[in-house]
Amino acid sequence: MSIRVERAFGEAVEGEAVVSEEGFSPRYDLDRWSGVITKPGHKLEGVSLKDKICFFPTAKGGIAAGWAFFDIKWKKIAPKAFIFGVTNPVMVQGAIFAGITITEGWTPHPRGEVATGDWVRVDPVARFVQVLRRNP
Amino acid sequence: MRLSPEERAILAGDRGEAARRALEYQVKVGEFWGAERFVPVTNVHMMGDIEVMGDGGLQWLKDYAALGARCAVGTTTNARCFDFAHCRELGQDAGEAAKEHELIGCLRRMDVVTTDTCINYQTVYQPHLGEHVAWGDTGTVIYANSVFGARSNFESGPAALAAGITGRTPEYGFHLDAHRKGSFTVDLQARLDDLADWGMVGKLVGEPHQSYFSVPVFHSARRTPSADELKHLGAALASYGSMGMFHYVGVTPEAPSLEAALGGREPAERMVITDADLERAYAAYRLGDGDARLVVFSGPQQSLFEMKQLAGLFDGRRVKEGSRCFVTTNGAVLAQARALGYAATLEAASVTILEGVCFYILQNLSLMRIKNGWQNLVSNSAKIVNIIGAHRFNTILRRTQDCVDIACTGVLK
Repeated sequence: MSIRVERAFGEAVEGEAVVSEEGFSPRYDLDRWSGVITKPGHKLEGVSLKDKICFFPTAKGGIAAGWAFFDIKWKKIAPKAFIFGVTNPVMVQGAIFAGITITEGWTPHPRGEVATGDWVRVDPVARFVQVLRRNP
Repeated sequence: MRLSPEERAILAGDRGEAARRALEYQVKVGEFWGAERFVPVTNVHMMGDIEVMGDGGLQWLKDYAALGARCAVGTTTNARCFDFAHCRELGQDAGEAAKEHELIGCLRRMDVVTTDTCINYQTVYQPHLGEHVAWGDTGTVIYANSVFGARSNFESGPAALAAGITGRTPEYGFHLDAHRKGSFTVDLQARLDDLADWGMVGKLVGEPHQSYFSVPVFHSARRTPSADELKHLGAALASYGSMGMFHYVGVTPEAPSLEAALGGREPAERMVITDADLERAYAAYRLGDGDARLVVFSGPQQSLFEMKQLAGLFDGRRVKEGSRCFVTTNGAVLAQARALGYAATLEAASVTILEGVCFYILQNLSLMRIKNGWQNLVSNSAKIVNIIGAHRFNTILRRTQDCVDIACTGVLK
């Protein structure tokens, strides 16, 4: 099973998927010292994004992502990739600055196609995300 | 991207290594978004503080400044995470404060004007219709696009700095006519008597439409909004909806009529906002254990007129013992607020005025919360109520008079 993405930057990466039904901001939602989502009530509250392939439907806010992505990469708690349904320029600027793989736009929608815990591969050049192993 | 001879020369290193790296980075961003070319910018506003940059960002900036990086156009800074006059009292980390000083020194060596404000559009620079700028934070961008009719995308710290160094930005998003037309309409039937009400509209419209390229068109309002009201509306739309632009029929320059704002397209949706919608939203905030010991007027920083209003509301009153009330503004506004007596009135009421910062980005805020045992944060800013969640506050939006009453009585309703 694979998902086509519309736009992409970065190196090809593999990792464990975290699939969110809620959007994301590194400043609003993420504890940038642990890499864990800490915003009360966020649908991923308590989940670590470190080394994960993160699927978010939308981007929230905020200018901070530009430096924040570089900061969490420096602290070695960054995700391997961000897979956005719809993103904004800041997420892209931040991911490119930090050297984190990022994509936008997906066909089909990952709901029902990818689940948290699945092992996936992101190929920005070919513009697809592929599920390699299902989470048992 | 199609590059001009000057841009090809920059990439060849003719303007130095710093400019070459900046343009190389901008080309990658532009290619992601399908930009065909660069557009020159006249003004840049950037975020750069130690709380968001961390040690890695500071080291990167020091290395970059050492390359001889210099801004080619006027470049200012957003609110930062320390008011050095208050950092000890707030329990902020002295080592991090020293890094912030170092960071500010780096920026100044690069000809960045450290204004430390998120209301540059009210106090520093007002671009004209069609002027291309490269601004962040999000509240500044939505104000530039919507109220001035200028053109900017959300520019993160590194992207804005790159624009300052090269004097240009990739032409995509709100630099293009195609993205500046309204996508849905909002009939404003509510009274909207308070700044918090305008922010609440931003929440109600932004939350269900989280998309950078979604452009609401407001119409049918009962009166002309003030600059501060548009500020709170825009900041909340950008925060809850990640939106970069709105139109307001008869108010903003690209919306002389509903039809013009929509560019001849049918709206994807027609929203209506009533008083009842606002009251329901105010009533929906969870009050937790009723803790009412922290009231904040910040995010965005206060304008001179907001300072005047607060001084009037706090005159002769006092923040309840054991409670804290913070107001943040920039240096220019604070200087005038001092000259006009507003600051003295607020300080006589035990309000703490912080300069050059925004409350939600204060260094050590999570520890500050824990140390003070704060559970709830009450504010008249819909934006700060939304964005401070990662520090684990329970946040409550209330109207300005209510916030003052809560600060002075300790009673949360």
